[in-house]
Amino acid sequence: MRSIQRLLGFLVVAGALGAGPAHAQLQLNGAGATFPYPMYSKWFSLYTSVDPTARFNYQSIGSGGGIKQITEQTVDFGATDGPMTNEQLAAARGPIMHVPTVMGAVVLTYNVEGVKTGLKLTPEIVADVFLGRIVKWNDAAIAKANPDVQLPARDIIVVHRSDGSGTSYIFTDYLSKVSQTWSDKVGRGTAVSWPVGLGGKGNEGVTGLVKQTPFSIGYVELIYARSNQLPYASVVNKAGKDVTPSLESVTAAAASVTDMPEDFRVSITNAPGEDAYPIAGMTWLLVYQKQSDAEKGKKLVKFLDWMLTDGQKVVPDLHYAPLPPAVATKARASLAKITAPDGTALLGK
Amino acid sequence: MTLDAPQPTMSNAAGVDGRDAASTPWVNVAPLMSTRRRRNVGDAVFRALTTGAAWSLVGVVVAIVAVLAWECAGAMRTFGWSFLTVQKWDPVANEYGALPFIYGTLVSSLLALLQAVPLGIGTALFLSEMAPSWLRAPVAFLVELLAAIPSVVYGLWGIFVLVPWVRGWVTPWLADTLGFLPFFQGPSYGVGMLTASMILAVMIVPYITSVALEVFRTVPVAQREAALALGATRWEMIRMAVLPYGRVGVVGAIMLGLGRALGETMAVTMVIGNRPEISASFFAPASTMASVIANEFSEAASDLYVQVLVEIGLVLLVVTMLVNILARLLVWRVGDAAAGH
Repeated sequence: MRSIQRLLGFLVVAGALGAGPAHAQLQLNGAGATFPYPMYSKWFSLYTSVDPTARFNYQSIGSGGGIKQITEQTVDFGATDGPMTNEQLAAARGPIMHVPTVMGAVVLTYNVEGVKTGLKLTPEIVADVFLGRIVKWNDAAIAKANPDVQLPARDIIVVHRSDGSGTSYIFTDYLSKVSQTWSDKVGRGTAVSWPVGLGGKGNEGVTGLVKQTPFSIGYVELIYARSNQLPYASVVNKAGKDVTPSLESVTAAAASVTDMPEDFRVSITNAPGEDAYPIAGMTWLLVYQKQSDAEKGKKLVKFLDWMLTDGQKVVPDLHYAPLPPAVATKARASLAKITAPDGTALLGK
Repeated sequence: MTLDAPQPTMSNAAGVDGRDAASTPWVNVAPLMSTRRRRNVGDAVFRALTTGAAWSLVGVVVAIVAVLAWECAGAMRTFGWSFLTVQKWDPVANEYGALPFIYGTLVSSLLALLQAVPLGIGTALFLSEMAPSWLRAPVAFLVELLAAIPSVVYGLWGIFVLVPWVRGWVTPWLADTLGFLPFFQGPSYGVGMLTASMILAVMIVPYITSVALEVFRTVPVAQREAALALGATRWEMIRMAVLPYGRVGVVGAIMLGLGRALGETMAVTMVIGNRPEISASFFAPASTMASVIANEFSEAASDLYVQVLVEIGLVLLVVTMLVNILARLLVWRVGDAAAGH
C-alpha cells in the first residue's frame, strides 16, 4: 500500500516538474474558411517565435463549419469568408466579433483561342454572361469593350464553383450589386442556383474545366490564377476605370470604403475607389467578445494584435492583399473590447 | 439468416470434440477434461464475440438511419414528400427538391452498368474459357488493380483525358449515328452524364470481372466436357453450360457493381458538371446525390440547408437499400429458374 502511495506521490511530483511549468503550452483551436488557410498556417508557425508557448490548431473545414463551431463554442476562434448574418450572431452564446485578417480578389479566367491576355469586361457583360443573356464571344457588348481583339463566333461556356465557397459569395455579392436582374433572380450566397453553366469542385476544379473546355469562362481566386499562370480579365470598376486585379488594387478597394462599420462586417465588392478592383473580399476571424478562459483569451488577443501589425508585413509574400493601414489600426483598437470572464480587458495586460 | 449460420457449425464442432474424446480411451482423461471445460468456456466466449459482432453491425445500420432521420426531421416537416418530386435547388431562397439528384444517381449508375456488364462479363469469360494460361494471371491481376486506384485519380484522369476525348470523338460520333434519339442531342461540353457513366463503368468493371470470373471457375469441368462431347461449339458450350450455371453469381456481381456506382462521389463530382437539372440528353451536365452532399455540405451555414443535405443522404441510403432488395429478389428468382432449368 505504502509503496503504491509513494509511487503515486513520485509520479505527481514528476508530472509537476517535468510536463508542468517547463512547457506550459496552451493550445488554441480554430476552424473555418479554406481560402485564407495558407496565410493562417504561415502566421501560426511564425508566431511560435514570438510566443513559443502558444500553439494553434486550425481546421480548414469551410466558413459554414467555422460559424457553426464558434457558435457552439467547440473552438476558441472561427474563421469565415462571408460575414455572419444577424440571425447567426443572435444564435451565438454572446457577442461575436469579426476581426479582418487579409483580403483576396476573384478573377475571371478564360480559355479563348487567340485571346491570350488582355480581355476587358464591364459589369454588365459579366452579369449577362453569367445570366446566360450573352451567349456568344463575338457579342456586340464584348466586341465594344475589346475593339482591338478578334473575338470568335463561338458559344460561351460558363464555369462556376459547384461546392459552397467564399469565392462564390464574393462573386455573387458583386453581381447582385451591379445587376438588378441578378439580385432578383439569383441573389448572393456561398452556393446559388446558377442560371447557366458547368460546376467544378474547388478552384482546381474550375481551373481544370476552363483549361479543358475551349471558349469557356470561369472565376477563381487571384492567388490561384497567379500561381497557375491563368489568363484573367480586367474589369471596369464603379469609377468607370478599367482595373487589372492585383494585390494593390484589392487593398485600394478596401481603403476606398469610407463608411467602415464598427463590426467590420462589410462588403468591399464594387468599391468606389479610382484604382479599386471591384470583385474583392475580406476574410475574418471570429472571436467571442467575452472569452470563457482568461488564459486562452489573453493568448488569442495577443496573437490578433501581432497579426494586425507585424503579421500584415508577410501577407504579400503569399499573394494575399494586406489590410489598408487605417483598417488594421481600427481593428487593433477594437481588440480592447475583448474581455476575460470577469469583464476585464485582455489586451495589454 | 447470416446470423444463425454460425450456430450449427459450432454445435457441430463441439460434437466432433466429444466423439473424439470418447473414442480415444488411451488418452489420459484428466487433462483432457480440463481442456474440454476450458474449450467450452472458449466456445462460449467465441460465440458471444461473433454474436456481438453480427449484432453490432445491425446496430450500426439502425443507428445510422436513426441519426440521419433525426437530423433531417426539420427538413422533412418543411418539405414533406414534395422533396422527392421537386426540381428546384436554390440555397439562397432556401427552396430545395431532390429529384434532379435522384435522377442523376440512378441514370448515371444504370448507364454505367450498360457499359460495364458486357465488358466485365466478356473479360471474365475470356479469362476463364479462352485465355491461354500464361495470360490469365497477369490480366486478372491488372483488372483487379483497377479497383485499387483511388477515385480522385479517376476523376483527374477523367478531366484531363476522358473529357476532351468525349467532347472531340465520342459525342460527335453518337450525335451522327444515334442523334435521332433525344438522349444524344444538344451541345456537348465533354463533362456531363455520359462522361460520368463512362468513368463509373471503368470503376465497376473490376468488381464485376473478379466476381464473375470466380463464378465461372466453379462450373464443373464435366459439365463443359459434356456439352463439348455432344458436339457443341465453344460458344454453345459457354451459352448452355457456363452461363446458366453461373447466372446467380453473375447477377450478384452486377449488383455489387451497381452498389458501388450508386455511392461513388469524387470521380463523378469531377466530371458530371454538377448541374441540378433533369435533361433528356446524356451530353448535358447533371448532378448526383453523393456529389451534391460532397459539394455543398462544408459551406452549408443555415440549419435548413444542412438538414436537406442530410435528408439527401437518407434518400441515398434508402435508394441503395431498395436497389439491393430488388437485386436480392432478382437473385432468388434467377436462382429458382436456374434450379428448375
